[in-house]
Amino acid sequence: MFGIVGTVPEDEFPLISDAVVLEDDQIIFGNKRVAVNRGTPAMIAAAIKTLEHMDRPNPFCFLVGDIGSGEGSKRLYKYLADHLPDSSFKTLAFHYFQPDVGLFKKVVAAINKMPTRPTLVADAGFMYVAKMAGDAPFFDLFTPDAGELAYLADEKAPHPFYTRGFILHEENLIPDLIKRAYRHHNAASYLLVKGVEDFIASKKGIIETVDNPCEEILEPIGGTGDTLTGIVSALIASGMDIESASVKAARVNRLAGLNAKPTPATQVYDIIKQIPGALIEIL
Amino acid sequence: MFRALGKKKAKPDTINEDRGILVFENTTEVIRAESILKAEGWKIKVMGPPPEIRSGCDLVIEFPLIEELSITRKLSEINIKPTQVVPINSPLLEPVDLLLEKEYGKYLMVRAANMKITVDRATKMIVNVSGGGCPDVPYLAGEMVNRHLSNAPQPRDIGYTLCAYALQLAYDRVVEQCSV
Repeated sequence: MFGIVGTVPEDEFPLISDAVVLEDDQIIFGNKRVAVNRGTPAMIAAAIKTLEHMDRPNPFCFLVGDIGSGEGSKRLYKYLADHLPDSSFKTLAFHYFQPDVGLFKKVVAAINKMPTRPTLVADAGFMYVAKMAGDAPFFDLFTPDAGELAYLADEKAPHPFYTRGFILHEENLIPDLIKRAYRHHNAASYLLVKGVEDFIASKKGIIETVDNPCEEILEPIGGTGDTLTGIVSALIASGMDIESASVKAARVNRLAGLNAKPTPATQVYDIIKQIPGALIEIL
Repeated sequence: MFRALGKKKAKPDTINEDRGILVFENTTEVIRAESILKAEGWKIKVMGPPPEIRSGCDLVIEFPLIEELSITRKLSEINIKPTQVVPINSPLLEPVDLLLEKEYGKYLMVRAANMKITVDRATKMIVNVSGGGCPDVPYLAGEMVNRHLSNAPQPRDIGYTLCAYALQLAYDRVVEQCSV
């Protein structure tokens, strides 16, 4: 089973643990609907498009409403700590979340109690808190962008907001930042670094780079990182190894972006619509 | 290409023994306290908390210890009560001070730390917000995208987290560059 954990940007959205359905630009959980624009809903939509292509069932989602106060995230941390030990997920992908080191540690302890350890993917707030807590190596894959990689590489920064300028500066090459992140044990087993050129790496070094097709305009579009995380998580959940899934996902996300003929004002759902075509071409 | 604007050298770690920190329940309170204290002329700085009180998405306000009483009194007038007031005894982390700008034809994107905002220079409309990982980022994007720079809600007013604070820095730079 494939699980996705994240937040929905609506204060009143309840804690939900359920299978989901994608209908046009909305995700449906029972009688609840969420618009797919960016964040975890965009990640889920990209994952569903990928799972459909792979002839796999839709993901099981743990979601809660949170617009930044952290109250929803706290409830979901506690729910996960209580319920994960009795669950059997093959892959778990963690996404937008309010970082809280103490509660995060309880979720890690709960994962350790699961009958079989799942493959663990983390992006966004959950990746931040994993590094903050010193538990980055516990995860199998992180999907940072260049700014987030600089945060992983800065052993002193507890949040990207505190990344020191000499590390954040663009003159730092991605391979150097990857090495620094692994040197300080602040990276997952694998990194998929999204950017003008995507890097797939492990502690042994760069495994592969993907720079084709090149569509520079994707960077300002909110949600293009979320779609990449959704695609790679779904490919891993479909049985693909992490290295192959990362390379394929990078290519699919780029091609879907290119096929959307984007401008900096494009919204991510226009790219999600192109994922099925890109999957046919790449896989 | 990106244009980097800001300080590029690492700053030495220093401890100011005549300074203290105000610790708050959440980042929203920090942002509100910062606004009122700066408006009243106090020499304060938003900084990262020392490791012993760090829990996650944190900010603190560094202030002159001698003025603790008057500052806490001012904050109480707007119903903000720091959870702790402590002297600084270890170096504090500096918030990001490196902003990057990138042009895409008529569009301007500014990145502060992990947050990016993109504006149509001609219409001054916010066309995209990207990056970030805290839960208010998708909310902020929903509230700000497709709004004019002059009437979009600001992250400092509706955001809660360090990602929102970073987005505010990027927003301020965009406003400056677009002469709103």
